[in-house]
Amino acid sequence: MDTAQLVGKATDIRKDILTMITEAGSGHPGGSLSCTDMLTALYFGGVLDHDPADPAKVGRDRFILAKGHGAPALYATLAHAGYFPVEELASLRKLGTRLQGHPDSNLLPGVEVSTGSLGQGLSVAAGLAAGLRLTGEAGCVFTILGDGECEEGQVWEAAMFAAHQRLGRLIAIIDNNELQIDGCIHDVCDPGDLGEKFAAFGWDVVRVDGHDIDALVATLGRLKAAAADEAAPVAVIAATVKGKGVSFMENQAGWHGKAPKAEELEIALAELSAAVA
Amino acid sequence: MVKLASAEAAAQKKATRAAFGATLAELADAGVPVVAVDADLTGSTTTKKLADAGHGDRLFNCGIAEQNMVDVAAGLSLAGNVAFTGSFAVFGTGRAYDQIRNTVCYSNLNVKIAPTHAGISVGPDGGSHQMLEDVSLMRGLPGMRVLVPADYAAARAAIKLAAATPGPVYVRMGRAAVPCVYDDDVELEIGRAYVLREGCDVTIVANGVEIREALLAADVLAERGVSAEVIDAFSVKPLDGETIAASLAKTRCAVVAEEHSVVGGLGSAVCELAAQTCPVPVELVGMRDRFGKSGEFDELLAYFGLDAAAIVEAVEKARSRAGLC
Ligand SMILES: Cc1ncc(C[n+]2csc(CCOP(=O)(O)OP(=O)(O)O)c2C)c(N)n1
Ligand SMILES: [Mg+2]
Repeated sequence: MDTAQLVGKATDIRKDILTMITEAGSGHPGGSLSCTDMLTALYFGGVLDHDPADPAKVGRDRFILAKGHGAPALYATLAHAGYFPVEELASLRKLGTRLQGHPDSNLLPGVEVSTGSLGQGLSVAAGLAAGLRLTGEAGCVFTILGDGECEEGQVWEAAMFAAHQRLGRLIAIIDNNELQIDGCIHDVCDPGDLGEKFAAFGWDVVRVDGHDIDALVATLGRLKAAAADEAAPVAVIAATVKGKGVSFMENQAGWHGKAPKAEELEIALAELSAAVA
Repeated sequence: MVKLASAEAAAQKKATRAAFGATLAELADAGVPVVAVDADLTGSTTTKKLADAGHGDRLFNCGIAEQNMVDVAAGLSLAGNVAFTGSFAVFGTGRAYDQIRNTVCYSNLNVKIAPTHAGISVGPDGGSHQMLEDVSLMRGLPGMRVLVPADYAAARAAIKLAAATPGPVYVRMGRAAVPCVYDDDVELEIGRAYVLREGCDVTIVANGVEIREALLAADVLAERGVSAEVIDAFSVKPLDGETIAASLAKTRCAVVAEEHSVVGGLGSAVCELAAQTCPVPVELVGMRDRFGKSGEFDELLAYFGLDAAAIVEAVEKARSRAGLC
């Protein structure tokens, strides 16, 4: 896909995210919109080696959404990629759905492991990278973490382990939108500069604009091409805006876990359309 | 008998979690040295109300770090404070279990584990967030007292009791608004169960949101000529063995209903009691060794067999096993 097509895809995903959360009456729009462009780059920018027709393909790249509450973004991405019908997005959070409030790997193809309890995904991703190395299987392990999530001590236990083990095929993207539920991460319990912290733990650190799809595709593609065992794992600090693309949601902690009303959805969809017109 | 809500008050719905921050503020206003330690959920748990009431210095936000939250509370208690922890029940107990066990309980510290959003009341968030094993986890800890309030007034009473009782106490609160059962100013006691409705044909022991279902079930049973005794085992540990065993001896069969796994919770506690004091048939209404899933709260109550209809069915079973029908 060229840039315009990728931007169009990200816009479609954003619209689906908002529509499905509105339909469900609950869910997490803010953090879904902030990680939409990186998911689009991974799945549609030719970064991930994956096959929707064969989700368990040997040698595929693996993706783990550590910040499981971003599920709507992952679901819309997987649906557009062909893992399941786009129509199924309307079932989000309803009784009997495969689209649980947080991703359930027992139910949905394309989900490698269930998430929702923050701070665990990086450890799983590290173990997966170590496991692939052990069995001699190809593939990189990508994960997206929230910046608030990085307040969990376990994230740093995983960071220490991955650097010590030299898990060079592990690429962790930090969705650095600077907001968590109770407000700005620097006001709630400041984790400081996350890039400096990962570097201090022995990781290679790359900084990128988390909404510049070209930059995301180029950066992630380059990192994947260079990834090799026995090297430092890589943290991609993606500067993002929570609620990206919807004026009244951008940088508002209040939109972390609240569904739009029908009128708000209409305005949001119109704004998203206008931005690519 | 304990004072119950008027019919008018009973029609009002309030979440148990709403009592958390409000009661902490009330205690702080009265000079009790309460502190709250939360993990990026001060609005959801309502601990923020402590700060809103002018006690901002008594509220600590650890960010998303539940293990740290519990041990910070432990430290605050060592300096003479009555320390409450928050977060959601799934993370506030499970994520920090070793901190609760090896620091709070093993050292017998004055820490109150008081998370909200327990059980299936978190609905659409799904199984990852529906904590159905917390009572079991907390009940197994030596020295831990376990309280499961049924409504706002009972939650307020539970927070006050926790503050007034030295040592570890677990208070389980929910997200959903539930009908009022007790009078606003009710005072409850740790280790006591409350007979909400007297009956002679079956004992229904329940707590938390299942009190509403148990009372509805008792109405249905009454129409069928079965008189059910409904007991609120708000104190799961210590359990009021005297009140419950006396009821079992009278009715000769029981149903236990809880918004929790049938493994290790109130059902288990009542079975332990019955086996040791008054062996009668006991049927369990609860989550049957499985995880929850996304859905609306009321819809899930029916889906998982936790509603009044399920209690009625369990009563028929218990009575038939006891040879009573
Ligand atoms: C262990 C754990 N604690 C608490 C929560 C509740 N919770 C869900 S999202 C969230 C805030 C996440 O902030 P951040 O990681 O920055 O995500 P984003 O801003 O990208 O939405 C919290 C506290 C959780 N899901 N898991
Ligand atoms: Mg964030």
